[in-house]
Amino acid sequence: MKEKLEALKQAALSELQGVSDPQQLNDLRVKYLGKKGALTEILRGMGQLSADERPVIGQVANDVRGAIEQVITEKQEAFRAKETEERLRAEKIDVTLPGRKLTQGAIHPLSKVIQDIEDIFIGMGYRVAEGPEVETDYFNFEALNLPKNHPARDMQDSFYLTEDLLMRTQTSPVQARTMLAMAGEAPVKIICPGRVFRRDDDDATHSFQFHQIEGLVIGENIRMSDLKGTLLQFVQEMFGDNTRIRLRPSFFPFTEPSAEVDVSCVRCGGSGCRVCKHTGWLEILGCGMVHPKVLEMGGYDPQKYSGFAFGMGVERIAMLKYGVDDIRHFFNNDMSFLNQFARI
Amino acid sequence: MRVSTEWLSDYISLEGVTAEELASRITSAGIEIDIIENRNQGVSKVVVGYVKSKEKHPDADKLNVCIVDAGQEEDLQIVCGAKNVDAGQKVPVALVGAKLPGGLDIKKAKLRGVLSQGMICSAKELGMNDKLLPKELQEGILVLPEDTEIGRPIVEVLGLNDQVLELDLTPNRSDCLSMVGAAYEVSAILGRELTLPQPEKNLEETGNPASDRIAVRIDAPEQCSHYAARYIAGVTIGPSPLWMQNRLMAAGIRPINNIVDITNYVMLEYGQPLHAFDADRLTDGAIHVRLAEAGEKMVTLDGQERRLEPHMLVIASGGKPAALAGVMGGLDSEVTDATVNIFLESAKFDGGTVRKTSRQLGLRSEASSRFEKEVDPAAVIPALNRAAELMAEYAGGAVHQGIVEAGDAKAEAKVLKLSLEKLNRYLGTQLSLLEVKTIFSRLHFPCGDADTGLLDVEVPTRRGDIQLDVDLIEEVARLYGYDNIPTTAIEGPTTPGALTKAQAVRRSLRKLLTHGGFQEVLGYSFIHPQQAEAFTGLNPAAKAVKLAMPMSEDRGVLRTSLLPQLLDVAVYNSNRKQPDLALFEIGNLFHTDEDVLTRQPEESPVLGLLLSGRKGTKQWNTQPEKVDFFDLKGALESILSYLGIDADQVSYEANQPKSFHPGRSASVYVGTGERKQLLGILGQIHPTIQQELDLEDTYAAEIRLEPLYELANSRVQYRELPRFPGMERDLAIVVDEAIEAAALIRVIREHAGELLQNVRVFDVFTGSKLGEGKKSVAISLTYRHQERTLTDEEVAAVTEKAVLALEQTFGAELRK
Repeated sequence: MKEKLEALKQAALSELQGVSDPQQLNDLRVKYLGKKGALTEILRGMGQLSADERPVIGQVANDVRGAIEQVITEKQEAFRAKETEERLRAEKIDVTLPGRKLTQGAIHPLSKVIQDIEDIFIGMGYRVAEGPEVETDYFNFEALNLPKNHPARDMQDSFYLTEDLLMRTQTSPVQARTMLAMAGEAPVKIICPGRVFRRDDDDATHSFQFHQIEGLVIGENIRMSDLKGTLLQFVQEMFGDNTRIRLRPSFFPFTEPSAEVDVSCVRCGGSGCRVCKHTGWLEILGCGMVHPKVLEMGGYDPQKYSGFAFGMGVERIAMLKYGVDDIRHFFNNDMSFLNQFARI
Repeated sequence: MRVSTEWLSDYISLEGVTAEELASRITSAGIEIDIIENRNQGVSKVVVGYVKSKEKHPDADKLNVCIVDAGQEEDLQIVCGAKNVDAGQKVPVALVGAKLPGGLDIKKAKLRGVLSQGMICSAKELGMNDKLLPKELQEGILVLPEDTEIGRPIVEVLGLNDQVLELDLTPNRSDCLSMVGAAYEVSAILGRELTLPQPEKNLEETGNPASDRIAVRIDAPEQCSHYAARYIAGVTIGPSPLWMQNRLMAAGIRPINNIVDITNYVMLEYGQPLHAFDADRLTDGAIHVRLAEAGEKMVTLDGQERRLEPHMLVIASGGKPAALAGVMGGLDSEVTDATVNIFLESAKFDGGTVRKTSRQLGLRSEASSRFEKEVDPAAVIPALNRAAELMAEYAGGAVHQGIVEAGDAKAEAKVLKLSLEKLNRYLGTQLSLLEVKTIFSRLHFPCGDADTGLLDVEVPTRRGDIQLDVDLIEEVARLYGYDNIPTTAIEGPTTPGALTKAQAVRRSLRKLLTHGGFQEVLGYSFIHPQQAEAFTGLNPAAKAVKLAMPMSEDRGVLRTSLLPQLLDVAVYNSNRKQPDLALFEIGNLFHTDEDVLTRQPEESPVLGLLLSGRKGTKQWNTQPEKVDFFDLKGALESILSYLGIDADQVSYEANQPKSFHPGRSASVYVGTGERKQLLGILGQIHPTIQQELDLEDTYAAEIRLEPLYELANSRVQYRELPRFPGMERDLAIVVDEAIEAAALIRVIREHAGELLQNVRVFDVFTGSKLGEGKKSVAISLTYRHQERTLTDEEVAAVTEKAVLALEQTFGAELRK
């Protein structure tokens, strides 16, 4: 019997040597080790053995089974490894092909600039105030010290709806409305972003519709030097720490003294380039100390309170910040323009 | 205002200050100067020559050979082609070696075989603007006055050694619409002395009283506070002196004749417009300043007949208007070459009146623009005298004695009190009393101490813009230099900065939508009236608001919907091979219920969404699908869920907003019962419109933001995670096609009891197997109990109830 087992082992091992695929391997496993396999067949004769022989033959049988199983396992692993290797080879991809992107839109560059400016001023303790786009003549002009027939009304031709109603030409009426809403309470610190409208023929630098951001501070001891300090902090946060400002006297009916504010050129830093027309400076803001009449009409006693106000054009700032050369891009809404702003 | 530096030097020394430096200092003191014009456009070696003789060129019909004395060692032979050249003329001669504007170099040359030693020049060749030249000088060579000195450089003769500063004046600085005003400003900036003309001293009058010839009466004192006149007899009309013509041209005014030039010259000098009438052509010498009568007509200097209105101010003589006060003279009393006697007017007309008339008639002039900004009442008399002085000198006139006038000049300077403490507190500076007084003395504002630290400052009438102490503070600040004001931080209580809820909601929407692939766009607030009519979805009953004077029909009304412009953007991009679009805009719509607007229209903030074409981009491994209704609805559902608005607060109703596909559009509502309100509309754009616009299938929505501001809720309350497994049951039922999914879900929810957690439709289809007008809806139901594992039996029991209810309510059949 022992010889039979040895012969079986030899036969099995020799047959396993020539196995070339997993199916064949499985067939051989069944043939030799299966329930009806050769080994079982031999072991059926165990009953006829003596009690002494049984453990010995049993041991031999186990050894034979072990030897065959080991070879089968090795073969199986080899097949599996080969199979895996083949699968991986087949699965190779061209990693240089483009991926599927997340679909990502962008907020409009003007919204982006407005949000950036809002955030700077919110950080400085300002609230964001809003007002209607259709204004009364009173809030758009008169409450800002621009009575009817004032020559300064020439500065901005307006879109009227009726004799008394017009598309606001500036965000300044929000100042007047806020003052009344605050009912004399101080301090007031607001910025007012929004759409404004002026009768202008559209060209590379003009649009009949554009956006402004207005700022207003009222308190008991607000100085022109505070205005300078505020604007300097703003432009440095907006355009970089090295930005400088320059104030030039100017005229607005609702402020006195009034100033135009230039910043050192955001492109060349002040050394002179095409953007700043080789002056080193860019005009970006109008500002001044709130006119006593405006304070008074807003319900603040000019003897007790003073304030400053400033206003800037959002399109102008966006054009400078992003190097956009034509204001009309902002309202044409060409995707190849707008997509450029889809980034942090 | 164009300020000639040559002229300015009459009043103030500009020694050692270049035009560029001056411009930069004026700019930093508040009047912007962007342009400095050099009157010499590149002329050199051009001198005055005397044409001694002129002969025909032997070989050319159109050329002449002139012998010219140009003050050189020898006479020059010059070939000249101008028709008007003649012996005995004084002319500009470009010598050999001369340079002319445009890079022309003059060389010795032979013209058709004849030697030419230079060139006789036209005004244009000397770089002069021919629009400003007297008509007779626009063609041919420039003929100079007979007394011009031979050999003198032409740049001196024509005043080309001059630089003109273009002052860009803000409306408050009309005082600088005059040379004298500009001189005051420059004097304050440079701190130099002024020398002003003194007509009172220089004017010589004859013995005849002017009042024998003329009289003046004001019938409209509100429109004309002061009217003064002089009578100048025996003038000879002719050209004005060359220096005066040069200065007028430098200022941009064309010389006409001595009388007109003098009125213009004095207007430029004092800022006070004057008018010269031919006294003999006035109906009579008694002048009435009055408002026009309705229907009255007159012919103005430009030959136009004007129909006057009762708000217009006229200068009338003999019952007829002879001039439109401050705007334009009348043709009938115009000064002509035959004029001998002059009625010279200098007056203060009301700015508003002049402005209204000049606007209405479209007549804007140097004079009217000065009156509009209110002229200096103190200049009326000096300007009148100055012009009379010049007419005596340059037109040979005899100035009759006395000024004939009506009204009151009210030319008294006002005195303002200024506190030094306030000035420093206002500016954040620490200026001393002396520093402040020095600045006022440079401005020629006399001032004295009223009290300790309180100044009495006298403001001359020429500075009508200065009304309050803060105006004086600005004067100090601008001359002290804005750059010298320190930079400080605001003192006092701090305030917290924040966005309002509405602002925060809009930011959240922008963030969510852009991250979801939507691109923000910005449209115009004005649309075509037809667009407003076509898209009325959110507010069909309201009316569009019209602009009184739109720039074009396309932009005639305020937008009542964001959709027209979202569609415009879609068309624009689709025409540029960008048809796959996901767009949004946040903006205001305008509605009114009034036929004639009497109050501000309602402005409502709205979110517009548009999807068109396909989702994503086609590439090697992706075949993007067409967008559909449910992409749009899904975006809206995401928005609402992100804003914390429960889905059970939201309902969709298939109805048909205007311009949408009738079967693929809906209105969406928030709230239930009495609190239910319209949130928006959404759906496919009507296929006819899509076709007209040549767009692929396009879906759009308009969502009112006000309900979102109100309902948005950022509060998150943690719910315990389920400890026991849920159980799912799928149902497939067949119902009539018309039955909406929402109705099925509602019935299931009502009958499946509290164990039911979630209901989800996962398949819908129709087909012939189901029968005509039927559809199959597959629904997944999820059950869960918080405290234990559910049994098959209890789940089967509640599902059975739901199925029964579906059968009873909708006649649904369970598919097996």
